[in-house]
Amino acid sequence: MNLLDTFFNWPVFRDALPLLLQGLWTTILLGAVSILLGFVGGLVLALVRLYGPAWLRTITRIYIDVFRSIPLLVLLVLVYYALPFVGIRLTSFAAATAALSLVSCAYTAEIMRAGIEAIPKGQFEAADAIGLGFFSSMRDVVLPQALRIVVPPLTSNCINVLKDTALASVVAMPDLLKQATQAQALAANPTPLIGAAVLYLLLLLPLVRLVGFFEARHRAATR
Amino acid sequence: MTALIQIQGLCKSYGTFQALHHIDLEVNAGEVVVVIGPSGSGKSTLIRCINLLEDYQGGEILVDGEKVVRGKALAKVRAEVGMVFQSFNLFPHLTALANVALGPLRVRHMPKREAEARALALLEKVGLAAHAHKLPGQLSGGQQQRVAIARALAMEPKVLLFDEPTSALDPEMVGEVLDVMQNLARTGVTMVIVTHEMGFARRVADRVIFMEAGRVIEQAPPAEFFSAPREERTQAFLQAILHH
Repeated sequence: MNLLDTFFNWPVFRDALPLLLQGLWTTILLGAVSILLGFVGGLVLALVRLYGPAWLRTITRIYIDVFRSIPLLVLLVLVYYALPFVGIRLTSFAAATAALSLVSCAYTAEIMRAGIEAIPKGQFEAADAIGLGFFSSMRDVVLPQALRIVVPPLTSNCINVLKDTALASVVAMPDLLKQATQAQALAANPTPLIGAAVLYLLLLLPLVRLVGFFEARHRAATR
Repeated sequence: MTALIQIQGLCKSYGTFQALHHIDLEVNAGEVVVVIGPSGSGKSTLIRCINLLEDYQGGEILVDGEKVVRGKALAKVRAEVGMVFQSFNLFPHLTALANVALGPLRVRHMPKREAEARALALLEKVGLAAHAHKLPGQLSGGQQQRVAIARALAMEPKVLLFDEPTSALDPEMVGEVLDVMQNLARTGVTMVIVTHEMGFARRVADRVIFMEAGRVIEQAPPAEFFSAPREERTQAFLQAILHH
């Protein structure tokens, strides 16, 4: 058996491809939902962290610190295997989404806070002087500018979330990695794993390139 | 008739440093008041208290009878008080037109078409109708400041505050901004202006106020103020800036 047959076995790959594509779709869906929930939650957290009453600010700070510290795999296992003991039984998709978005939330909050804090004080004063309320100041003046600043770190965070979806395979989530390992077991050949790796790269390489592009554009704009 | 702006016993400190000492000041509707003084004298702080960009610790400020304090009514008072900043503070992601239209749109809840038509008319008034669709970054400093004036006017404020509006400008652009301000003064807009432009103060002001170390030292009509200042400190200040 030569190297080509072992790692790049075409018939094995062809047989495994439908499964892999199913897995890819699950991975993308899981990533997209987690990113979206993480973004909305992170934005709210950032605003509370900056402008909420003191006690709420403390709570959000603790939340952000805790969920940036805890290993995602540990959180995932806790959500999936520990919560059932208190009667909360989540599907593997819900468990993975919950764990991923809870963590993404914390990172997004820090990114958004940095973006909002980078907006010059004069912008807030100009908005105040016109008589814009808090929500209009944020929506029309502060957030559009802050978002522009944080596009590169936000995209990096999206990449991390998408990569971390692979951890969901430990809670029996039929994502790309899980499907690949199953196909590998079935065919007794590692080609599906190579296929999965290639699919991950196809998904993530463009995003990584995109971050580089955004950063270059940002540098050019602020020079 | 009561004054449009009434300031009584205004005190403001930053920590242990007292920036304003019991300021009493009234500004009548239609009046143009120019505030001058050395840097650090509290003149910017004073006008920034009028729309509560700075909190104050003592005394009282009334704008058109409404008390200027934190709370629900503050946004309403701020909408009645326009402000033009030293560093323009235009919203860099919005076109000149959108900058001017934003207040009427969001605060007055004016329909978009009407707000934009009004914004365009105001840009016309400051000589910038042709630049309505440019972003602030594409405009010169003088043009940006004129957009900022139009933005303040869009709210139809009862009074306009100017915080050193020409200090950040290249010298050749100071004139165009002062011209716009002078035209506004002629149309009866109430204005409180902090500036170092003495020629402008002399031409346009109804009253000049001299501040030093957080106190109002002297106030008088410009002719009298510049030709026969009563206070020694005013004389020393005018000496220093007029003969160099």
